[in-house]
Amino acid sequence: MTARSLADATAAPAGGRAVTPSVWSRIWSANGAGYLFLLPWFIGFFGLTVGPIVTSLYLSFTNFDLLTDPKWIGAANYVRMFTADPKFAQSMRVTFMFVIFSVPLKLAFALAIALLLNRGMRGLPIYRAIFYLPSLLGASVAIAVLWRTLFAGDGVINDFLALFGIQGPSWISNPRYSLWTLILLAVWQFGSPMIIFLAGLRQIPQDMYEAASLEGASKWRVFWKITLPLLTPVVFFNAIIQTIEGFKSFTPAFIISGGTGNPINSTLFYTLYLYQEAFAFFRMGYASALAWVLLIVVALFTGFSFLTSRFWVHYDD
Amino acid sequence: MTANATSVVLEKVVKRYGDVEVIHGIDLNIDPGEFTVFVGPSGCGKSTLLRMVAGLEPITGGDLLIDGQRMNDVPASRRGIAMVFQSYALYPHMNVYQNLAFGLETARMPKAEIAKRVQKAADILKIEPLLKRKPRQLSGGQRQRVAIGRAIVREPRIFLFDEPLSNLDAELRVQMRVEIAKLHNDLGNTMIYVTHDQVEAMTMADKIVVLNAGVVEQVGAPLELYNNPRNRFVAGFLGSPKMNFIESTVSRIEGAHGTVNVGGTAFQLRQQLAGFKEADKIVFGIRPEHMGLTETSGVKLADVRVDLVEQLGDQTMLYASTQGGQALTIALEGQQHMPLGSTVTAYVDPTKYHAFGPDGRAL
Repeated sequence: MTARSLADATAAPAGGRAVTPSVWSRIWSANGAGYLFLLPWFIGFFGLTVGPIVTSLYLSFTNFDLLTDPKWIGAANYVRMFTADPKFAQSMRVTFMFVIFSVPLKLAFALAIALLLNRGMRGLPIYRAIFYLPSLLGASVAIAVLWRTLFAGDGVINDFLALFGIQGPSWISNPRYSLWTLILLAVWQFGSPMIIFLAGLRQIPQDMYEAASLEGASKWRVFWKITLPLLTPVVFFNAIIQTIEGFKSFTPAFIISGGTGNPINSTLFYTLYLYQEAFAFFRMGYASALAWVLLIVVALFTGFSFLTSRFWVHYDD
Repeated sequence: MTANATSVVLEKVVKRYGDVEVIHGIDLNIDPGEFTVFVGPSGCGKSTLLRMVAGLEPITGGDLLIDGQRMNDVPASRRGIAMVFQSYALYPHMNVYQNLAFGLETARMPKAEIAKRVQKAADILKIEPLLKRKPRQLSGGQRQRVAIGRAIVREPRIFLFDEPLSNLDAELRVQMRVEIAKLHNDLGNTMIYVTHDQVEAMTMADKIVVLNAGVVEQVGAPLELYNNPRNRFVAGFLGSPKMNFIESTVSRIEGAHGTVNVGGTAFQLRQQLAGFKEADKIVFGIRPEHMGLTETSGVKLADVRVDLVEQLGDQTMLYASTQGGQALTIALEGQQHMPLGSTVTAYVDPTKYHAFGPDGRAL
């Protein structure tokens, strides 16, 4: 506020004593325009994020079927989850399996392609776009439908195997293979971590490689002793992001299993089970409790990752 | 010279990037145990030439011989070379010991031998207390020492330095300059050092190679280049502050000698002017330290106006201009005081000036 406007604001009214402006009016007159611009974000943040989070926390302690008022039941939803719900354990197991296998495989594949693309080949932007495309399309319903068609008993994959005299199983309706089909779909969406790996590889100073080449290090040794350690901050970032994505994965399992998580609950992802509880059985209170457990699991995993990162993530400074 | 001392010969070495030629057929002999400095302005090709010797850049044409053996197609790691980079190129995730040992481990050397060599290098460079630290925990000077240590442990035939002191502050540069020179005396290896700093070149080199736009302008001992520059580029590049160049005209020819008009003063040149005629242009060159303001300094050059005086403590730097507007720098011993705008007479040492023809070559 300028000296002049401050003087105006504190000037005595016509017939009385001086009025000191309130804190709010001072903040408003100093930063009003800024807050006005922030308003849409505030509305979105509080209305669509904070509000639902707080509401779901409350609902997780209630019995709520969308049609009647929520009924407070304390921690009963959580107790049931850990003591009397085999589907909760099954969905947890499926989701952990999915995360444990899909994330490392996806990261390894993304890193391998990034290393290939980092060799300064011609037409790099085109290859980069082609490899990134699955990440844009991968989570869509269309790709999940395509995947189902590819891996069905009479799908393209089995037609291809038949050319070599191999009788392929029904990949998506056989509980032995169904989860692996979804893991393969996730690995195929390697574009996003690949782009980040590529950016990380570009950050490694060329001098390091030149020093190693003068010292006679083979490409294999350079990768394990220089490239990978210097890339660990990027590996860490990608691992966290992809793990969270993995825990949240929903669409592929929903489409491929027709929303059931079958065969024999082998594709019953945690989020799919949560969806079933909320929108098929209208047990909103229980679904909210499931959502909060997922949040805690993801938070614990992320926290554990940060704790261990000091032993394997190498920051330059 | 030690048993490790090795000769390096470049024969008509050329480097091209596509159609662009950046090194134009360089011939050079580096004797065993010699400390050779490549010096020149940015973009002159000195680092490219060093990297070609290292094996980090392919040689487009000509031959590189190390101890008489053609090395063009020999991989960098088999040339017996160690290099210290401008950025140090230390591996940030390894501690100092691991950085020093990396090359030896790569060569599958026994652990005991690695430990011995690392200890020896640490003793030479006084970095023993730093062995367990990561590079980020080191100062610039300490990192530089570790980078040199990484070269020493490999016991190479040739050390290459690519502007290794550029990232250090002035005081540390002087200190490290002395240490590298001492290291050369102790080890006796052939060393090739790249810098754009002519003070580093003058103080460290046995032999200076002055490069400009991909060609060698002159090769020789530091004082040889300083006293007898082959051309105007070398004369201007070596020496700080740089040599004064005064555009002059031949006013009279007497046999092989002649008189030139330097800033309005007739000046009889000691150099021969064969092939010159009256009114031809030449460039008169005189270093600031070879000028003075008293008759004892030499012969009169011109009356000059004092534009600026810089007091350096042991020296006074006088920036002046002739009546014709020619700028001159004069380095005076001790602390001299004179008012700005005053007129003084500039004298030159008659045995120290230089003259260059229109093509820039020294007469």
